Amino acid sequence: MAELLRVNNLKTYFDRYDGVVKAVDGISYKLDYGETLAIVGESGSGKTVSVLSLLRLIKRNGRVVDGEAIFEGKDLLKLSKEEIRQIRGKDISIVFQDPMTSLNPIMRVGMQIMEPILWHRVMSDKEARDRAVELLRLVGIPEYKTRVWDYPFQFSGGMRQRVMIAIALACNPKLVIADEPTTALDVTVRAQILNLLSDMKEEFKTSVILITHDITLAMNFADTIMVMYAGKIAEYSPVERFIRNPLHPYSQGLISSTLDIKAKEGSLRPIPGNPPSLVSPPSGCRFHPRCVYAQDICREQEPEYKEVEDGHYVACHLVKGGKFNA
Amino acid sequence: MPELLVVKNLKKYFPVRKKLLKAVDNVSFSIEQGETLGLVGESGSGKSTLGRCVLRLIEPDSGEIIFDGVDLRKLKGEELRQRRRFMQIIFQDPLASLNPMMTIGQNIEDPLVIHNIGTKEERRRAVEELLEIVGLGRDLIDAFPHEFSGGQQQRVGIARALALNPKFIVADEPVSSLDVSIQAQIVSLLYELKIRFKISYLFISHDLAVVRYLSDKVAVMYLGAIVEYAPKEELYENPLHPYTRALLASVPKMPKDGERQKRFLALKGEVPSPIDLPPGCRFQSRCEYVMDVCRKQEPAFREVSPGHFVACHLV
Repeated sequence: MAELLRVNNLKTYFDRYDGVVKAVDGISYKLDYGETLAIVGESGSGKTVSVLSLLRLIKRNGRVVDGEAIFEGKDLLKLSKEEIRQIRGKDISIVFQDPMTSLNPIMRVGMQIMEPILWHRVMSDKEARDRAVELLRLVGIPEYKTRVWDYPFQFSGGMRQRVMIAIALACNPKLVIADEPTTALDVTVRAQILNLLSDMKEEFKTSVILITHDITLAMNFADTIMVMYAGKIAEYSPVERFIRNPLHPYSQGLISSTLDIKAKEGSLRPIPGNPPSLVSPPSGCRFHPRCVYAQDICREQEPEYKEVEDGHYVACHLVKGGKFNA
Repeated sequence: MPELLVVKNLKKYFPVRKKLLKAVDNVSFSIEQGETLGLVGESGSGKSTLGRCVLRLIEPDSGEIIFDGVDLRKLKGEELRQRRRFMQIIFQDPLASLNPMMTIGQNIEDPLVIHNIGTKEERRRAVEELLEIVGLGRDLIDAFPHEFSGGQQQRVGIARALALNPKFIVADEPVSSLDVSIQAQIVSLLYELKIRFKISYLFISHDLAVVRYLSDKVAVMYLGAIVEYAPKEELYENPLHPYTRALLASVPKMPKDGERQKRFLALKGEVPSPIDLPPGCRFQSRCEYVMDVCRKQEPAFREVSPGHFVACHLV
């Protein structure tokens, strides 16, 4: 598959009263056309900041300090404000976690679906109307022909998230970023939205970056998985390989601390400790204070992020020859 | 094992614009000493209201709450306060449930002060011991809640709940606001405490995996009523109610041996408004097996095999 996006050494820092928060600190990865990449990590690991940086949506106290993000030959980080606007909502769109705060409460949902289409002048007003109705049908809103002129408050949580997905798909984007799209939803509705995302991927052949804290979901849903810890990539791998052979101790810890519905009593093996401060991260490997296998070298030297098998990258001193040796 | 808590026909209705929201509608269950009952349901199913009614933090409209042989609804003032020593609660949002102006030590000590237990010295020792039990160092005693991470705050909430040696704890979504690795730590801690102190929990959660891990029996709640109730293994291995089946099928499972799942069995629609429910079964609007009788008659909640109760016309 051809490459859609390549991120090289991306660094995004935030200024805070007590120092500089290195939220994303030198990450590199690629995404192909039609590929689904899941970025997995806990709060503060940098997963959301890493994608907001691509769209230049970082707030004023933060800045991208280094790196490049080549999207179809153009470096997103070097585009002018006007040029990046031409890409947002058209080539790259985002579905956020909370559909209520990301929809405009005083604008009819149909208008909100038409907005990116008209802004980017993809089609005429009349065509955009038809497209809005068609998209609502596609995302499974019952009585879509009349509901298209309702307001967001008239929709339930799951239906609002369907509207968000319709807006994201409005201009046939090449890449959809879904930032915890199901976290705020109830279990049975979550399953519906996941099915919808699966169908949309099939239908439109879009690339997807799925941001989630749920490693089980990532392992089921994605083609490639990227585990982030404290602003860095711990592991990046094709999912099939990752399922058989997760190499980084943090990835292993995430798996063993995730309760599966079939988990046996007493089988839980939590990772000790708390995620570190990003103002003064630990020396050496950032995971070493919580790693049960940590050795002297892990405290002293930062592990290199390297390819250990075809397409499988890990940053850990203890991984040698595609195997974890503790 | 003797029964510690027996709840019979508990009801709590809220008036909403001249209509009735039946948040808890004729719920009965029991919990034995040292046993954990998991209460599962989606938002709006009434599980938190039920948890609070059991402690009379919300006053139920009718029903019995027999704790240790005494009907709590017949108690008042000092008598109720004395009984409540043995019943505690852990909340979802640990920061909001701690007093921000008090140190960690004072927060944990507070229940002991309220119930006038021990001298100052004894209380200090008790607090230090509690900090150790929940996995926080005693040197953190003078810190303030805002200095702690979410997981540490929840440990403080647990220490405070344990301060009075309760027999029974309502844990209301105690891990849902925490990160995965921290969630696992707290679940492990609750499990350890259950074994160590033989505490009974009413464990409220929307997370079926967490509930399975900690519970002995599980009750599934939908729109104010328990629709299925069974010993844990029985409920997860042999679910009977269509809602329970759908809940279990909608959770992604850890893919072992490369068996991945890209589509999930999903219920149609969403939980309807709990105000003015139609006659018949409360699940009828989302059930794929719905029949005429389901629209007319409310199914009885009955025992279909030993200890396994279900409210469905099809079973």
